[in-house]
Amino acid sequence: MANSLRIKVNGLTHPVSASLDTPLLYVLHNELHLQGPRFGCGLAQCGACSVLLDGKEIRSCVTPVAAVSGKKITTLEGLPATWAALRGVTAAAPALHPLQQAWIDVQVPHCGYCQNGMMIQAADLLATTKNPSEDQIKTAMNGHLCRCGTYPRILTAIKQAAAVMAKGGAA
Amino acid sequence: MTGLLHEQEFSRKTFLKSGGALIVGFSTIGGLLAGTAAADDQFSSHGPYDPRQVDSWLVVNPDNTVGVKLTRVELGQGSTTGLAMITAEELNLDIGQMRLITSDTDITPNTGTTAGSSSIQRAGKSVRAAAAAAHQALLALASQKLAVPVTSLTSSRGVVSGGGKSVTFGELVGGKLINVQAAPGYNLAATSGNPPRAGAGLSPGAPLTKPVSQYALLGKDPGPPRVDIPAKITGTYVYVHGIRIPGMLHGRIVRPRGQGAYGDGTNPRLLSVDVGSVSHIPNVKVLQKGNFLAVVAPKEYDAIQAAAQLKARWAPMPPLPGVGNLWGAMRRQDSAGKAPARILVDTGDVDKALAGASKTLSQTYKYHYNGHMPIGPSCCVADVTATGARIFSNTQDPYGTRSAVAQILGLKDEQVRVTYYEGSSVYGSAPYNDAAQSAAVMSQLAKAPVRLQFMRWDEHGYDNYGPAQMMDIRAGIDAKGNLVGSESVVFGPPYYSTTPALALTGVAEQNFSGTNHVDTTTTGTQYSTGNRRVIGKTLPLENNYFKSIYLRAPQAPQTTFGYEQMIDELAHAANMDPYQFRLQNVATLASDRANGLETLTWDRWKMVVTRLGQLMQWQPKVAASNLSSANVVKGRGIAFGAYAGTMVALGADVTVNKKTGKITCTHAYCAQDTGFTQYPGGIENQAVGSMVQGASRALFEEVAFNKGNVTSLDWATYPIMRFKDAPEITFSYVQRTDIPGNSVGTVKNGTSTPAGSIAKDGILSTGSGEPPTSAIGAAIANAFFDATGVRIREAPMTTGRVRAVLRAARVA
Repeated sequence: MANSLRIKVNGLTHPVSASLDTPLLYVLHNELHLQGPRFGCGLAQCGACSVLLDGKEIRSCVTPVAAVSGKKITTLEGLPATWAALRGVTAAAPALHPLQQAWIDVQVPHCGYCQNGMMIQAADLLATTKNPSEDQIKTAMNGHLCRCGTYPRILTAIKQAAAVMAKGGAA
Repeated sequence: MTGLLHEQEFSRKTFLKSGGALIVGFSTIGGLLAGTAAADDQFSSHGPYDPRQVDSWLVVNPDNTVGVKLTRVELGQGSTTGLAMITAEELNLDIGQMRLITSDTDITPNTGTTAGSSSIQRAGKSVRAAAAAAHQALLALASQKLAVPVTSLTSSRGVVSGGGKSVTFGELVGGKLINVQAAPGYNLAATSGNPPRAGAGLSPGAPLTKPVSQYALLGKDPGPPRVDIPAKITGTYVYVHGIRIPGMLHGRIVRPRGQGAYGDGTNPRLLSVDVGSVSHIPNVKVLQKGNFLAVVAPKEYDAIQAAAQLKARWAPMPPLPGVGNLWGAMRRQDSAGKAPARILVDTGDVDKALAGASKTLSQTYKYHYNGHMPIGPSCCVADVTATGARIFSNTQDPYGTRSAVAQILGLKDEQVRVTYYEGSSVYGSAPYNDAAQSAAVMSQLAKAPVRLQFMRWDEHGYDNYGPAQMMDIRAGIDAKGNLVGSESVVFGPPYYSTTPALALTGVAEQNFSGTNHVDTTTTGTQYSTGNRRVIGKTLPLENNYFKSIYLRAPQAPQTTFGYEQMIDELAHAANMDPYQFRLQNVATLASDRANGLETLTWDRWKMVVTRLGQLMQWQPKVAASNLSSANVVKGRGIAFGAYAGTMVALGADVTVNKKTGKITCTHAYCAQDTGFTQYPGGIENQAVGSMVQGASRALFEEVAFNKGNVTSLDWATYPIMRFKDAPEITFSYVQRTDIPGNSVGTVKNGTSTPAGSIAKDGILSTGSGEPPTSAIGAAIANAFFDATGVRIREAPMTTGRVRAVLRAARVA
């Protein structure tokens, strides 16, 4: 049964065929074929499914798709464009968000399954807090679980990205 | 762009171009997965092939890149980068010239399960031998082509040069089979297994391989960046969760929430199912086979809702004997003669040594069930037809999963093809076989491809936990603080063998035989005393304990939690600094020989504890000799650990809040001897995660249960370490190029025989990924004692447990 719901994801508008109460995660995964947000618990406990809704982190596994209509969703795939917009540049293939670059430079992930949520939450933090303290970082990130134990390297990567962003992008 | 094959197949463009229909058929898959159609045509079914054939291991592409047929899977531990490095080293290639061909039972060689920290240590040797043989074959072909003797040829980055001429690998054989069999000296001939495993291969620097002194990649610190990381960061990496097949249905299993004991609790009887209770959900099908129950639907959320709303009645679970007091249940079973004992180690004369000791201690240490609990629950895509099955899984053991799926479907192994895609890392034998078998049965019943996703409560509730373990240890010292002997009695249930999928469908009966898995390495091999006894006591599994199996560094964390605390307790009884006590008593090459040991330890224990002391800037101090009456106190502790032939020494700085009972590990340290460390960056990353996970298990993790079944069903009921509790990490490895590869040397009947020699066997390189997990818990427990003067002999060291021991000791 068709509905007239449309959602805006990473700058593009998409029609949605799922029922209105379907959690956003399954729409992103099964209809838009986005692989960033992932299923971890379906209970908003772990953060693997996080996306940005109008720039703020939300858990897509418990957010009905109807609740996001009219708002801007940014997934992991959309972070480079977000960074370009922050700097006021447009590019066909924008550079990685400083968080993504830091994650690679510091060699953060093991399996990587939780890292979508980690980078999304960190993007939310760094968009609002310049040069956060270690305590602020840990508090902001405390709702995201990593079973492989990459917390120490995530901390290093966030600090690196914060420094880059504070300088407006110059490495 | 690393050229990981699933990147090429499943790039965003492919998604959009084909409208999300990624998998079309067997022959198309085969062509894509081997990287080049020509090379793969002959490999598209019934593989893998003779491991002596060089073509079984790699593919040379016309563009002078080389595809490695991955014989071990990427779990996030960096092993596929490591195997690519080993291959590149022997072929004198840059890492950027490597392409990775994902593990697939039709294509890639069998070197065993990706487990036991053995990918570089064992599979790496086979890969090295195959790559070395391939290099020789390519030089021989170049020699023919250029009419230059092989001895005048060199190769670099895939260009073979000599006599003023050159030719590339790609020009020689690009897109074609090399068609050469490795000579017997490469040790690649198949051994037993299903399918047969490749032979042992060759250690670093062994004859026929590249000399270690010429290494350009291996052993360099940190080594190349991991090839799987960039795609994981951009969201283009295809996890098994992203596999889609046209016509695929979404599926969910339906079982009682939280398994009962292995036995009736993992084969609960289905009394009735009300199919009409989900008829309001569009296109839902209820699938049933025996007690196996599941739902499928075209839309994922419909399947989720159907599984939640389906009315099914199950027979009540039999009561679990250990409720409220797991250890009491173990003792009762032991007293009733239901825990048969076996002697695993009995050297010297333990009883005489302890009788003559100036001090003996006798203590019991306990460690609760832990879970694998990946962040992403198990997921498998199965496409089953009458003639065969196609399985996409993140199993650590593709060949084992192939047999498991064949078994439940009633097919021959050769009719099942398993392709690996990475999932959320599972740290051991998590329920990937249960998920693969369940998905296969569902596909068979639904007559359509099925994507099965376990829910969080399925994963938590039906995991194959790491078993609960109880240890009684007796040990003694002489007047000078020398350890004179120890006896460890280790209680636990045997590992399980039959998945719920097999039991529920009625395809196989559950098996309760076996003995408990005991880690004998960490029960005293780290010390020089020749008097050592280890006894295993197997508890009766059926309907008494949850199914359990290998969980990262199996039984080592549980065992060191006991043994290394006992060592600390002896050090304290001797009024000695725990570091000094260990240094005095550590096993060395000299004590190996004095004890007539068959396996030498090459001073590896001594080197790691010495390095640890430096990392921690250890100040000599008797533990708990500087206690404070403040509410928040600090302490330091150390412990030896080991796994997979690798020795580690762990250290912990902790703060303890006596009022809340909270132990915070603020800084964790590890010194590791991996023999020749081939990929330093990889093992350091693993050590960070391994220590955080090990600390999480020792401080927080316990599978909870009520009178019938598991109640740890999500992250609220099974807490793990979070950001705020994560320690700072300091890690260092001791690089060794002096230990012979294929044998650690023996002393037998008083004669010292270097059964291995570097000239003959190359150098030893052991495993990583697990060793640091083995002793971080013990280090924290010892630090707790240093801070409070109180012993905590039960893990996890939760706030409740800490408050209880402090209260009992009248410290808080």
